Amino acid sequence: MQNLCLMIVLAPLVGAVVTGLFGRALGRSGAHWVANIGVAISFFLSLSVFWRIVIEGELTYNDNLYTWLESGGVLFQIGFLIDELSATMMVVVTFVSWMVHIYTIGYMRDDPGYQRFFSYISLFTFSMLMLVMANNFLQLFFGWEAVGLVSYLLIGFWYTRDTAIYANLKAFLVNRVGDFGFLLGIAAIVMYFSSLDYVEVFGNAHNMASIKISIWSGHEWSLLTVVCLLLFVGAMGKSAQVPLHVWLPDSMEGPTPISALIHAATMVTAGIFMVARMSPLFELSTMALSVVLVVGAVTAFSMGLLGLVQNDIKRVVAYSTLSQLGYMTVALGASAYSAAIFHLMTHAFFKALLFLAAGAVIIGMHHEQDMRKMGGLRKYMPITWVTCLVGSLALIGFPGTAGFFSKDAIIEAVHVSTTPGANLGYLACLTGVFITALYSFRLMFLVFYGEPRMDEHTRAHLQETSVVVWGPLVVLAIPSLIIGAIAIEPMLFGDYFGSSIFVDSKNDVLVRINEGYHGVVGFVGHGMLQAPFWLAMAGVFVAWYCYLKRPDIPRRIVERMSIVHRILINKYGFDAFNDRFFAGGARGAGRMLWRVGDVGLIDGIMVNGSAKCVGWWSSVIRHIQSGYLYHYAFAMIIGLLVLLAVFIHGVAG
Amino acid sequence: MLSLAHFLLLGAILFCLSVAGVFINRKNVIILLMCIELMLLAVNMNFVAFSHFNGDIAGQVFVFFILTVAAAEAAIGLAILVVLFRNRNSINVEDLDSMSG
Amino acid sequence: MNIEEIVFYIFATALVIAGAMVITIRNPVHAALFLIMAFFSSSGLWLLLEAEFLAITLVLVYVGAVMVLFLFVVMMLDINIAVLREGFASYLPVAFVVALLMLLSLGLIVGKENFGLQTVGPVERAPASYSNTEALGQVLYTEYVFPFEVAAVILLVAIVAAIALTLRPTRQTKAPNPERQVAVRRQDRVRLVKMDSE
Repeated sequence: MQNLCLMIVLAPLVGAVVTGLFGRALGRSGAHWVANIGVAISFFLSLSVFWRIVIEGELTYNDNLYTWLESGGVLFQIGFLIDELSATMMVVVTFVSWMVHIYTIGYMRDDPGYQRFFSYISLFTFSMLMLVMANNFLQLFFGWEAVGLVSYLLIGFWYTRDTAIYANLKAFLVNRVGDFGFLLGIAAIVMYFSSLDYVEVFGNAHNMASIKISIWSGHEWSLLTVVCLLLFVGAMGKSAQVPLHVWLPDSMEGPTPISALIHAATMVTAGIFMVARMSPLFELSTMALSVVLVVGAVTAFSMGLLGLVQNDIKRVVAYSTLSQLGYMTVALGASAYSAAIFHLMTHAFFKALLFLAAGAVIIGMHHEQDMRKMGGLRKYMPITWVTCLVGSLALIGFPGTAGFFSKDAIIEAVHVSTTPGANLGYLACLTGVFITALYSFRLMFLVFYGEPRMDEHTRAHLQETSVVVWGPLVVLAIPSLIIGAIAIEPMLFGDYFGSSIFVDSKNDVLVRINEGYHGVVGFVGHGMLQAPFWLAMAGVFVAWYCYLKRPDIPRRIVERMSIVHRILINKYGFDAFNDRFFAGGARGAGRMLWRVGDVGLIDGIMVNGSAKCVGWWSSVIRHIQSGYLYHYAFAMIIGLLVLLAVFIHGVAG
Repeated sequence: MLSLAHFLLLGAILFCLSVAGVFINRKNVIILLMCIELMLLAVNMNFVAFSHFNGDIAGQVFVFFILTVAAAEAAIGLAILVVLFRNRNSINVEDLDSMSG
Repeated sequence: MNIEEIVFYIFATALVIAGAMVITIRNPVHAALFLIMAFFSSSGLWLLLEAEFLAITLVLVYVGAVMVLFLFVVMMLDINIAVLREGFASYLPVAFVVALLMLLSLGLIVGKENFGLQTVGPVERAPASYSNTEALGQVLYTEYVFPFEVAAVILLVAIVAAIALTLRPTRQTKAPNPERQVAVRRQDRVRLVKMDSE
């Protein structure tokens, strides 16, 4: 098992190093072969691990491989914890990553940074695997930061574009905010638990539940609430929850495979995974769960709304990612961790699919991303159309598709949850379903149906993309359709996760749902009669009516409700606020510190000031050094006299 | 009867005279050198007096060494003086201020 | 007042007068002569303190060697005394005050209450057979032999230093200067002249 784990982690790393350092020597095809084989090895080994752990029910593997250092009794180790949760994540990560690797061969064909790109995405796979396979907080943090670093590199992959540089800087800075909270959370854990190891920390969590700490005088907080909230701040940064979501839409500046890999399927799910992994801690703090739930609900609702007004095809998908991440977070808040991971998994498939489909459209449109200039692509790109339709149906939760099961499970879980804020969460999720359907099919109708709106030249060259591009689409479309039906029973209602996720019995909403669960078919049939289904259908209908039947309606709505529209276009003003308040404030503070601190205090007073002081004092003292012998003699004699006086005084006294 | 205090006081007077000499002859290096000799003589006087009254010959040994060093000092001092005069054509201390800060 | 005290006061008076004259007299030659007188007087006082060897040494070394050197230098140098005596009167009060202050404070220490006869008892005269020179030599060549050697070295160094300082270097030998030879450039030595052949 140990060698298996090492192989899984190191294969992509080897791929990254080889393509990164020797990319020029390997050439283009050499580079993509090395990277693809690395990730493929990783995927198949992950599958075998998944088989052994989940299907054959082998015991959880938890072992430390290497002790980096020991400080004050705290061990800093590298080790792997392979249980049902991490095995699932490993398969999802390596599978989506592999698909993206293949897809990249086609998408980046003409890019000069071909080898560099493969190096980055392999490195990303390595980082993500380190993150999910970690058995301690240090390694988790390593993976966390490595993922952040690679996303920085990838968003700014086209580093000559100003917007890309802006976006990757933004992503990096916003993630720093989250990581700071995360780091503080880990620090608090080290401080109180004196250990970084998951098993030890979780085992001690019950004893720590009653500990109160005083953050500022007069306010007592439960230790676990503080720790969980700090860790969740980290999750908010990585999983792009309001208000730390601002980086994700901008990160669409990176090449499309990246959007699929990082910003839909894997990296943003790190936060969700982390909270699920920390379930033994979160379960002990109702307040933290409540905060998680409310933040998720706000994200799910408000970010979906923004997807309605976007015209950039990738941005629409990006906002839907934000919204879906909100769903997962809501599920976490409602203690339905398995539902969150279930949705994470299905979402990884269909969102990667949607992104790759969007990428295929972009290739076909010669790097035109504005949906208003598309339309009628169904005829020219049939495979893309079908796969994208599958992805969209899964996204809106059409009965039978993967998204249906996971999303309905979340909505049901929130419905029966008693965590404070669950009502708000339920409401947000329900309206979210309608909005999701609306923007998803707005995208579908604008891109694939209606009259072609592109120019003649583009239309003339419009054709289905090559097999390396549509191949992954098809491969991803299959799980997007069926994985939900297969996995719902064991994952949600069975003992799938075993001991890897801990749910307090008073919070266990899935058990309550289980009472009304009668097999997959029953679930589908039941779902068809429920509000979410009809809301989704209503969304599709409204989209059809507004964008195909009467394309003038949206414009009229925009005119009538220009204030609302402007707020949505401005993304609720988060960006403007951040630019003005944080960026502007930091610049202002920096300038002030530079003037006062650097120029005034350090340069003026300390450096030049001390030199001037020495100079002034020497110019004074120089007058004593007259060079005349008798002055020195005089000084000596006066000194002698003084010493004599002191001596006499001493003798007399 | 003569006491130790007699000799010590005489040494003190001699020392103070030479200090005054350093002050009033501040320009004449030769007299300054002579004043230093006079100071050493005062110190030697104390040594000899203590040696006599305490019955310890070590005091006289010290005087012996001081005489030696004083002779060496006078020789080098006068040599410097000669060189100085040769270069500057003056032994006026006021002219010797090249060490001024 | 016994004979010892009379002798002491005579020599002491002579010593103080000589010292005062050394610091006040105009002519450096006279000052040197008065210094010789001071040495003679203290030599007499040291005899009174039974330090015969040192008394003789003082006369021999100081009067015979050091002071002669002084006189020699004073006479050799052509000194403008008038310039050197400038401001003599104006320095006098300061010097007087400082010297008096010092004398008062020294007097407080070395006065009769600390070093009078009642604290340091009268010393018995040494017997006639006692030889100061022998006693001094006894310790000088045993206990103090190392400082004695060092003192000898110091004297040697002083001799060498005095000679080195005052020796005027004379150019009597002719030798090439390799540094300048190496630094020679062609254009300093050779000049090409164009001219018609005659």
